[in-house]
Amino acid sequence: MDENKATLDKITEDLTFHIRITRGFKIWMGFLILGLGVCLYAYTLQLRFGLGVAGIRDYVSWGLYIANFVFFVATSLIGMLISGVLGLIGIKWITPIARIAEIIAVAFAALAGLVIVMDMGRPDRLAYVFLYGRFQSPILWDVTVVTTYFVLSALLLFVTMISDIAWVHKNVDHLPGWVRKSYKMLSLNWTDTPEKNAIIRRSARILLLLIIPCALAIHTVTSWLFAMTSRAGWDSTLFGPYFVTGAFVSGTSAVLIAMYFFQKNYKLHNYITDGHFDKMGKLLVLLMLVYFYFNINEFFVPGYKLKTAEAITLYDLFSGRFAFLFWAVQIGGLVLPIILLLFRKMRAPLPSLIIALAVFIGAWFKRYIIVVPTQEHPYLPIQYVPYNFKIYTPTLTEVAITLASIFMVLIIITVLSKFFPVIPIRETALERGLLKGEDNSEL
Amino acid sequence: MEEQPKNEQQQDNQNRINQEPEDPKQVSRRKFLRNFGLVAAGAAAGAAALFSGDLFEKSKTKSGKKKVLLTQDNKLVEVDSLELKAVEKSPEESMQLRGREGIQGKRWIWVIDLSKCRNARQCIAACQAAHHLRHDQFHINTLEMQENKHTPAYHMPKPCQHCDNPPCVAVCPVDATFKRPDGPVLIDNERCIGCRFCIAACPYSARMLNWIKPKFDDEDKGLPYNIELNIPQRIGTITKCLMSSDRLREGKLPYCVSACPNGVYYFGDENEDSVTNGTTKETVRLSKLLNENGAYQLLAELGTKPRVYYLPPKNRLFPFEPSKEAEPKKI
Repeated sequence: MDENKATLDKITEDLTFHIRITRGFKIWMGFLILGLGVCLYAYTLQLRFGLGVAGIRDYVSWGLYIANFVFFVATSLIGMLISGVLGLIGIKWITPIARIAEIIAVAFAALAGLVIVMDMGRPDRLAYVFLYGRFQSPILWDVTVVTTYFVLSALLLFVTMISDIAWVHKNVDHLPGWVRKSYKMLSLNWTDTPEKNAIIRRSARILLLLIIPCALAIHTVTSWLFAMTSRAGWDSTLFGPYFVTGAFVSGTSAVLIAMYFFQKNYKLHNYITDGHFDKMGKLLVLLMLVYFYFNINEFFVPGYKLKTAEAITLYDLFSGRFAFLFWAVQIGGLVLPIILLLFRKMRAPLPSLIIALAVFIGAWFKRYIIVVPTQEHPYLPIQYVPYNFKIYTPTLTEVAITLASIFMVLIIITVLSKFFPVIPIRETALERGLLKGEDNSEL
Repeated sequence: MEEQPKNEQQQDNQNRINQEPEDPKQVSRRKFLRNFGLVAAGAAAGAAALFSGDLFEKSKTKSGKKKVLLTQDNKLVEVDSLELKAVEKSPEESMQLRGREGIQGKRWIWVIDLSKCRNARQCIAACQAAHHLRHDQFHINTLEMQENKHTPAYHMPKPCQHCDNPPCVAVCPVDATFKRPDGPVLIDNERCIGCRFCIAACPYSARMLNWIKPKFDDEDKGLPYNIELNIPQRIGTITKCLMSSDRLREGKLPYCVSACPNGVYYFGDENEDSVTNGTTKETVRLSKLLNENGAYQLLAELGTKPRVYYLPPKNRLFPFEPSKEAEPKKI
């Protein structure tokens, strides 16, 4: 019994060790906030002078912002895959990484809602979407499901964390008084009683069940923003599943990257083990193979027929203006990672971090390649307009505004993972048989 | 140790509760009731005065003479003649209302004869002047077309096709762009949020955004917004061809149609089966014109049902000359 107590204390100490304000944290947050400030200045320029400060014009009218939006929605789907799908079918090894996936989901879903406002010509009329909303428009569907998904993800993150927050409140005593009080408030007076645990378990289960269709919906609807038009290159019935599988790839690589940093910085080697990297590497291979299959369908089928309008965009991708980006993304961000991750050595922490970074960055540029080239080739020729209307080049201001969203995502992830245990304490203890307790099989 | 102060505070509270009967507020209950009675009596008297005043006023507005009127939903109603008042709306409101309703009984239709166009670009100039547009904003543009090197090159004026099944209207999240019963697809720049989904959805590249401050932003400040002319243009909102709905209301042909020196455009009413040539002012049968010249629609296979018909560039009046215009300046 005493031995149990000692192990439990050790776990508590290990998993709450990172909840302290260190110098590194201050420097990192300072950097993020400074970067965000600079980039928000760029956004004030856009507010003052209009969307014209960006490189988008009448033909390529969706550029960096929309590509970035699609990427954010995509990455946020990972919460549903790890906690929802893998959790509900009872896979045990995800316990220490489930919360990381949920934090990433919440951060990216929150920002997806925000970055879409950055793309509006009249952000001051945002309320019109609710006042005059037409439900025939896919934008309304997107607004609805993205908001719902964000709320569900935030609730899931919170509900599964209540007991841990109470735990932190009880066991971490080096924090300032107001922080401890906040923990007490957030823990909703949780105590270790079977009734309260049953409520939490049931709520989490309902949320997980709801989150799966909702996550599928957000990315399917996002793909429909393109697929519902008759433009060559977007006019594809494959877009829904193509986007969803792509989303799992970028989300999984995001979790791998986060796992590496948490394992090293928060000294969690005994919890996020090399075995976890190995398993996540295998999962990533599986997801990338599925995504690769969809890519073959998406490019080989129209590429075989080369119908007039589609051929122009496809040539641009295969051998034209976007060829370098296209092949870099397809080979460097998809084919090579698949091959490399098949080897066990490549699924060790450091190599898998590097591969995941390539996949993650590739996934961002993949969205760019889906959004931009199609618009440079509408059905009718682009004539009598300035050169910058025909060829889209993002401006510095536009890049800065896009970076602002990335800074914000990093700030949210940093803050959430700093002040809350990134690995579920109670669940870990339960799994290791240290807490006698309730039947956990229901979850 | 921590619990100690809490207990003391509780004690304190207890003491306070015990003292309460001597609270001066409690003693003044009688005084409060007296004041309340005074206020209530005053209010009743006031209400009675108002009521009788109202009755008197009402008696003044009854003349006894009735008028029979037809309401908008086709009902006959009787109204006292003194109660008749002209409906007053701000110019903006009434322009919005009629702009969304359209002109009853009409189905505007447009025929463009490609055999006559020599890229004079007068239509474009007239349009840009009327709608206060910059040189790179084309409600109508003429494009140099050629399917392949064996087929003829020709100039194709391309306005909005004012589709009967408009993809831009379908995707608009806020009902800013809308299809009018008399044909044109209009844009309400008081409503537009600048999401540009309509630009993405339009296969004819007929829509553009005011990316920067519009050309006449300062001059047009304070003008009531005319939805049929889309003036004043507003930053961050869509602008597009409106079939010159303001001119149609005056019984005139669209700006571009009247400005054409070469007789390219026919414009008219599908219900009357007649169209008028903007240059020669000659009126012809629509069905005959379409039938005899093998008319077609642009990208009809997309199912957009355009309201603009093209007559093929057969027996062209002018040899094709590529444009010598310099590329406009970057904005």
